[in-house]
Amino acid sequence: MNATHRTLDARGLACPEPVILTRKALAEGGFETLEVVVDNDAARENVLKFAEFSRCPVARVEAAEGVFRLWLATAGAPAPAPEVPSPASAGGAVVLVATEAIGRGDDELGRLLMRGFLFALTECEPPPLRVILMNGGVKLAVEGAESLVNLRRLADAGVEILACGTCLEFFGLKASLAVGRVSNMYEIAGHLLQGPAVTLS
Amino acid sequence: MNLTAHTRFSGCGAKLGPGVLEKALCGLSQPAYPDLLADFSGSEDAGLFRIGPDAALVQTVDFFPPIVDDPRLFGRIAAANALSDLYAMGARPITALALVCHPLRELGIEPLRAMMEGGLEALVEAGCALLGGHSIEDPEPKLGYAVTGIVDPARAWRNNTLVPGGALILTKPIGTGLVNMALRAGCASPEAMAASHTAMGTLNRAAAEVLARFQVMACTDVTGFGLAGHAAEMAGGGCCGLTLFPDRVPLLPGVGDYAAMGLVPEGTYRNREGRRHCLRGELSPLELDLVFDPQTSGGLLAAVPESVAGEVLSALHEAGVEAWNIGATGGEPGTIQIARP
Repeated sequence: MNATHRTLDARGLACPEPVILTRKALAEGGFETLEVVVDNDAARENVLKFAEFSRCPVARVEAAEGVFRLWLATAGAPAPAPEVPSPASAGGAVVLVATEAIGRGDDELGRLLMRGFLFALTECEPPPLRVILMNGGVKLAVEGAESLVNLRRLADAGVEILACGTCLEFFGLKASLAVGRVSNMYEIAGHLLQGPAVTLS
Repeated sequence: MNLTAHTRFSGCGAKLGPGVLEKALCGLSQPAYPDLLADFSGSEDAGLFRIGPDAALVQTVDFFPPIVDDPRLFGRIAAANALSDLYAMGARPITALALVCHPLRELGIEPLRAMMEGGLEALVEAGCALLGGHSIEDPEPKLGYAVTGIVDPARAWRNNTLVPGGALILTKPIGTGLVNMALRAGCASPEAMAASHTAMGTLNRAAAEVLARFQVMACTDVTGFGLAGHAAEMAGGGCCGLTLFPDRVPLLPGVGDYAAMGLVPEGTYRNREGRRHCLRGELSPLELDLVFDPQTSGGLLAAVPESVAGEVLSALHEAGVEAWNIGATGGEPGTIQIARP
C-alpha cells in the first residue's frame, strides 16, 4: 500500500452502491491506481461500465473465489466527475439565483433589484458561465416574466441557463419555461462545486 | 420520506431469476383437480380455476419493496402491478387482498396510511373490491396485493399461444429498473422520474379493454423478467417464436445513459443469464441491458394479427394508451430473432 494506490472494498454492497463509491473515489483522485473489490457479477460489470463511461482505463481484472479485483488506472489527477454532458466552456462564474426577489426587506424592491441585476449581468465582461435558477428563481425564466428578455440575452451570449426541474414542477411551470433547459440536482450540484459560484437568495 | 433507502432491491427487480424458479419448481406436481385450468406448472401470469361453465377465477399475487420514495405513489404502483397480471389474461378484476411488510419503528404509521390510500385509489379505478389483507413488521418495507379476477376460460388470453403472422404490440416504454437505479445513485433526471412514475402508476385496464375488441393471439405483461424475458416466455409455447425489432422498442428518457454509467439492476444480469440462449442475432451490450431491464408495473405485450395491427394501434392511441409495434410472430419456437427492418 502506498500513496499512489487506493483500495475500495465494495464487497457485500448491492448495486448501485459500488458504482457510486467508485465515482466518488475517482472524483476525489490523489492516486494512480484504484483497486475496486466486489463480490458479484452485477457489481463487476457495472463498475467496468462506469470505468468505460468515465474513460478510465482498466489495467486488469482478477477473479478468485467469487471476488473480483478491478484495477482502474488514473493519471494521478482527480478525474473529472462524469455527468450529464453540458456545453462546458473555460472559466467564468456560476450564478445561483434561488429567489424571485433579491434580499429581505421589501419584496417589490427585491423584484426591481433582481431585474436590475439580471440586466447588469448582460453587460458584464466576461459573462458568467451559467445561471442556475432554483426555488422562486425559476419564475424569472417562464413565459411572461419581466426578466425573460435579459435571460434570453444572456443565453444568446452563450451563458447556459439551467432551471431546477423539481422547482418548475412544484410551481406547475414545467410547460412554461421559456429560456434555457430543465436540469436536475445532480447536475446542479456538480456545477456549483466546479468553480466560483455566486448565490442570490 | 425516503422509502427506497430502506430497501436492497426495488420493485420487480427483487424477483428471483427465471432459471432459479424453474429449478425450484421442477418436478413439483399436485393432483389433477378437474376444474384446475392453469397452475404454476405453466408459465402463465396467473392461475385459472373453473367455477362455472363460462367462468373461471383468475388469481395472482405480487408484492415488492418500494421503487419510489413517495408512499402514496408506491401504493398505487403496487396495485397497478398486481392487477396487471389479470389484465394480461383478459380478466376483469373483482377482489383484492393486501400484503404489507412495514418497519413501524423506523417509519411510523403515516407512510403506511399513504401507501394504502394510493393502493386503494388504483383498486377503485379498476373496480376491484379490497376485502382485507395481512401485515407484518419487517425491517424492509414491502407492499403488494393478491388479486382475483373473472374470465371466460374459453376466451382467456394465454401468454404462449403465438401463431405466425402476428404483430407484437407493447403499451408502455421500457426502463423503470434503470430509472430506479439512477434514483438511488442520485442522478435520475426529473424527466426520467416523471415519465417512469406515470408509466408505473398507469393501470393496464384501458389497454386491455381496447385489445379485447380485437383478436388477441397471446398476451402477457412486462414485469420482472424484462421485455426479452417475457417475450421468451411468449415464444416458448411450441408453435412459433417471435421477432423483436430493437430499434422500435420505446424507452423512458435517459435510460441509455444510465445503462452506460453502470447503473444496471442486478435483476438485468439474472434475466440475461436465464434467457440469453433464446436470442438469435446481435444485440449490443447496451441493448441487452435495456431489453432485460426488470420492469415494475410494465405494459401489456400482445400479439394481434398483422392485418389489424395498425387499427389496434390507432384504437389504443385514441383511448389515451401509448402503444408501439415492436415485433412479429413466427420463426423457430422458443427463439427471439433480432431484426432491424
